Amino acid sequence: MVQTLDEDQRIIEFDVRTDEMLVNMGPQHPSTHGVLRLVLRTDGEIVSELEPHIGYLHRCAEKIGENLTARQWIPYTDRMDYLAAMNMNLGWSLAVEKLLRYQVSEKARHLRVLIVELNRIASHLVGMGAYGLDLGTFSPFLYAFREREKILDLYEEVCGARLTYSYITVGGMTADLPPGWLQRCEAFLDQFEPIIQEYHTLLTTNAIFVKRTATIGVLSPEMAIDYGCTGPVLRGSGVDIDLRRDGESIYTAMYDGYAFEVAVMKNGHYPRDHKYPAVPKDAVLGDCWHRFFVRMLEVVQSMDLVRQSIDRYSQCKGALGEPLKLAEKLPAGDTYLETECPKGQMGFYLVTDGTPIPWRVRARSSSFSNLAVSPELCRGCLIADVPAVVGSLDVVMGEIDR
Amino acid sequence: MRGTDFISELEASIEGSLVGRDLEAVDPWLEIAADKILETCRWLKESCEIRFDGLQCITAIDWFEPDPKKASKVKWEPHTEVVYHLWSTKARASLVLKVKLPRWQGNEPGKLPELSSVVSVWRGADWHEREVFDLSGVQFNGHPDLRRILCPEDWEGYPLRKDYEMPLEYHGMRGR
Repeated sequence: MVQTLDEDQRIIEFDVRTDEMLVNMGPQHPSTHGVLRLVLRTDGEIVSELEPHIGYLHRCAEKIGENLTARQWIPYTDRMDYLAAMNMNLGWSLAVEKLLRYQVSEKARHLRVLIVELNRIASHLVGMGAYGLDLGTFSPFLYAFREREKILDLYEEVCGARLTYSYITVGGMTADLPPGWLQRCEAFLDQFEPIIQEYHTLLTTNAIFVKRTATIGVLSPEMAIDYGCTGPVLRGSGVDIDLRRDGESIYTAMYDGYAFEVAVMKNGHYPRDHKYPAVPKDAVLGDCWHRFFVRMLEVVQSMDLVRQSIDRYSQCKGALGEPLKLAEKLPAGDTYLETECPKGQMGFYLVTDGTPIPWRVRARSSSFSNLAVSPELCRGCLIADVPAVVGSLDVVMGEIDR
Repeated sequence: MRGTDFISELEASIEGSLVGRDLEAVDPWLEIAADKILETCRWLKESCEIRFDGLQCITAIDWFEPDPKKASKVKWEPHTEVVYHLWSTKARASLVLKVKLPRWQGNEPGKLPELSSVVSVWRGADWHEREVFDLSGVQFNGHPDLRRILCPEDWEGYPLRKDYEMPLEYHGMRGR
């Protein structure tokens, strides 16, 4: 039987669908860094629209904060960015201290720098390793976790916990360092420093890695600011902002006298204080590669900061000081403070009515704003590039959903 | 907040926008009339000398005391307060704006208080406003896609309101 042309076309249409398709990624997907659900509208292999659905990890942390005293809420901040819990503890502690106009001792200040910068290294190691996983290479993840494990061991000695520390608290720290810890920390740094070169060989300068990340998901500085992107995502677009240098005085005072470079491309080049690999020809400022590279540079800067703080801490005379009472009365008022966490600027806002229990607690998450820009970055890219773009934002769902 | 010259400029440019201020507080703040918020935000971003090009955070605070014994002692009238934290990348300065709204529009329980959306000024406001709508129950007029963000879409009530009660049951799951 001879088929008419009409029938023929119908057969083709039935076999090969050419219309748009909705693809669901997550919420349990290995490349979404936790429980994030992405709905993609695709035209063949091209993503025309991406919509993130969040909230799978929502635990009402802000509501819980309205029922606890300021110091009692510290463990809940741990569970926001659980990869950089020390930074979360610090952000909240400083916000409360800002309201109380309280200043911690000199020794506690240096110890805080030491602890949070070490946590920044650990967080960026996860970011780097997991990014390799997103792009389909498993080994960098193992190399990154091998070193992160040593940082966690150091933290375990300090406070007994490996992930949710609650170590930095309002008015100081819960305990001083155990004897011999500084030497072990220095030994770790000496052993870790040459390994960074290995990471650069494995990923940063790897030809396949560069092909997968360069020119993908380009974020312009204007759009980054408009969306409230912060941290490595903002600096990866060439915006020179780091709250450790540009933040509020209570936070920058912590880094007084410390020397470090902000990892950002200025006048066409990255800082030259250490030997870094060259920027590949294909990479465009604001793409996935640059966001990744900024994190790698920050690891080196944080190592410098840890070394400096070890010196200062050990030379510091006097006591560490006791943290404030568990139910310290808070003056009526409100205050907002942002600190530079590994993922970006984490803000804590607290409103008080004169009792030890805050009236309202608000956590402004950096990953929340960083993820909000993902629909813009993924428009028009290939499905296979979606994990590359979302992974380069290095979001942590505990912080987004709170 | 550095420099206060722009405050008088704001008063002159947008009449009736500034209804209160406290420049002595830990974080100095300006209170803006609810119907002028969009205009004020646009002015602060585009015309003000210190260009507040970044929006850090939007928060809603429910000023309501559910305990009648304590409620008689509080000094404020029940209301909802929306707080905007702005930031200027050039000047490295921040600014706090506060807006007072009724808890319910026209004191009719269930009718959400309304406020203009600032998504047209800062794109980043999109998710923040959705969160405030979801958890505190503020209706943002002009928002492109105002729906719940953290809670499921069929969730009832606004959890960050002080009189919120946890549901006893949700899709066959026990609430308490």
